[in-house]
Amino acid sequence: MPLPSRVDYTPETAELLLKLTKINGPLMFHQSGGCCDGSSPMCYLKGEFRVGGADVLIGELMITDIAEPIQVWMSASQFEYWKHTHLTIDVVVGRGGGFSLESPEGKRFLIRSRLFTDEEWAILESSPVKTGA
Amino acid sequence: MTDFVAPGQPGSKVTYLPRYDHWINGKYEKPDSGQYFENVTPVTGKVFCDVARGNAKDIDKALDAAHAAAPAWGKTSATARAIILNKIADRMEANVEAIAVAETWENGKPIREALYVDIPLAIDHFRYFAAAIRAQEGSAGELDEDTVAYHFHEPLGVVGQIIPWNFPILMAVWKLAPALAAGNCVVLKPAEQTPVSIMFLMDLIKDLLPDGVVNIVNGFGVEAGKPLASSPRIAKIAFTGETSTGRLIMQYASENIIPVTLELGGKSPNIFFGDVAAENDAFYDKALEGFTMFAVNQGEVCTCPSRGLIDTKMYDKFLGDVTARTNAIKQGHPLDLSTMIGAQASTDQLEKILSYLDIGKKEGAKVITGGERADLGGELSGGYYVMPTIFEGHNKMRIFQEEIFGPVVSVTKFDGFDNAMEIANDSLYGLGAGVWTRDMNTAYRAGRAIQAGRVWTNCYHAYPAGAAFGGYKASGIGRENHKMMLDHYQQTKNLLVSYSPNKLGFF
Repeated sequence: MPLPSRVDYTPETAELLLKLTKINGPLMFHQSGGCCDGSSPMCYLKGEFRVGGADVLIGELMITDIAEPIQVWMSASQFEYWKHTHLTIDVVVGRGGGFSLESPEGKRFLIRSRLFTDEEWAILESSPVKTGA
Repeated sequence: MTDFVAPGQPGSKVTYLPRYDHWINGKYEKPDSGQYFENVTPVTGKVFCDVARGNAKDIDKALDAAHAAAPAWGKTSATARAIILNKIADRMEANVEAIAVAETWENGKPIREALYVDIPLAIDHFRYFAAAIRAQEGSAGELDEDTVAYHFHEPLGVVGQIIPWNFPILMAVWKLAPALAAGNCVVLKPAEQTPVSIMFLMDLIKDLLPDGVVNIVNGFGVEAGKPLASSPRIAKIAFTGETSTGRLIMQYASENIIPVTLELGGKSPNIFFGDVAAENDAFYDKALEGFTMFAVNQGEVCTCPSRGLIDTKMYDKFLGDVTARTNAIKQGHPLDLSTMIGAQASTDQLEKILSYLDIGKKEGAKVITGGERADLGGELSGGYYVMPTIFEGHNKMRIFQEEIFGPVVSVTKFDGFDNAMEIANDSLYGLGAGVWTRDMNTAYRAGRAIQAGRVWTNCYHAYPAGAAFGGYKASGIGRENHKMMLDHYQQTKNLLVSYSPNKLGFF
């Protein structure tokens, strides 16, 4: 079995990311925590959010018609509590939040989650994730 | 018929304007873009007004006004500023019902909370800082016979403040009152989910403040909040929200070398020791209420007691009793005084909560009660309502580690003091905590051992001015709600004065 992905996206997400890329340029995600709009994946211009040794790269979204993969980052400390779950970045109607790029579109990225299967976890548990250091 | 009439309806205490522009330099200013966005009430899910969609040019205009006003405002006496803050408080008190209705309609919270908690606390906050600035003194230190160090407090100048949507008025006032008391001018960006209740308040008090001292620019975070937070023209930025934005704001602040205060949320443990159930008395009843506080403001509170830690010695009895108490929560129209829990603030917040109910179930947590969206029927069917929910599980589950920001508490049991502290501190966050026990020695030891900025002891969700509020760990930097907040909005000027006529003798 190949290395299972930790993060996927829905067709609606791909459509919105394509639109946001055309408006803004290359993008990235950082998964937020905490209050108010916390727990939402925040979509920024690539490089806008400075990642470092305290962040891990949990995936790269390859989307048709978008030249470069969109990296998805999360705080390493938060990843410790999230790592046993598979994430899907979805889109719902809403108002965005923080400085995430989708809010003017009347949309909101949203994380949906499921537990990894035992088979997936057996591979992922022994596969290190890359940090931003 | 509700106890209070919805804004815009005959007999209502509130009429919202159909459209809100920015508030800059003492007057309404149209947005540079000419664009507006729709403002929805979560009570029914319907649009009730349009709001200016601000951008960097609007922020600059607001900063121009603030900078023009800052020299004179910063030189007013503490007495003069305190008088203004007290007048604001008096004006709010005279209009408390209208402000409460305005906030409830925009945010969805039950009117009893807005009327008896949020707005009275906001009023008191202005009075507290009016008093604090009057009583604040600099110092004169006699370092030796001829040398004196004088310390003066000076305002920072122009500050930026970004406000969350869970308490649109109280959280704005928590930031405004100390900033204004200390002599600063403010550019404030409300949350795009709740942009106009603060405008309603501003409209009520606009004649009390000099032009340009408070400027409000609405809009989306990326279009209006970011230019404010990253502007080299602010001397400080204060933010309440989540961790990614908090880090971005620190990043921008590092580029401009300005201070930040951040309040970024929590996952607060509410700990019930076994002796709580020793008697079936008033205290036991109070503890049951203390557990049920997770439903306050629909759980949309940074300090929501969202982890219930129950002593194994009384686990079954206590969980049964708090479940009964939770099932007695009356969910209904937010404008009815008997309603205990209202609507979630926005559709995306509702979706997020539902996604957590989903992962909680998938991780194997047991739903003790609730666990679903609520349909209250009639005009409320379009609103954003969630049943108060108790999950039972363990502390490594995501519903125990992430701030759901909804009326959801995750319960687990502990065996002994050390185990309770271990679970309580196994969290990225450290904002609030609750400790319930009849033994004050246990209470004291627990309160000191928990890594959180606020430990409510035999109480919960009280926010009196004078009790410092802020976080440990990822919950943020700085404190609010206390006179020490003045320091967050002031420079320290030291005059080091020699009264000796004689040279040092070095050169």
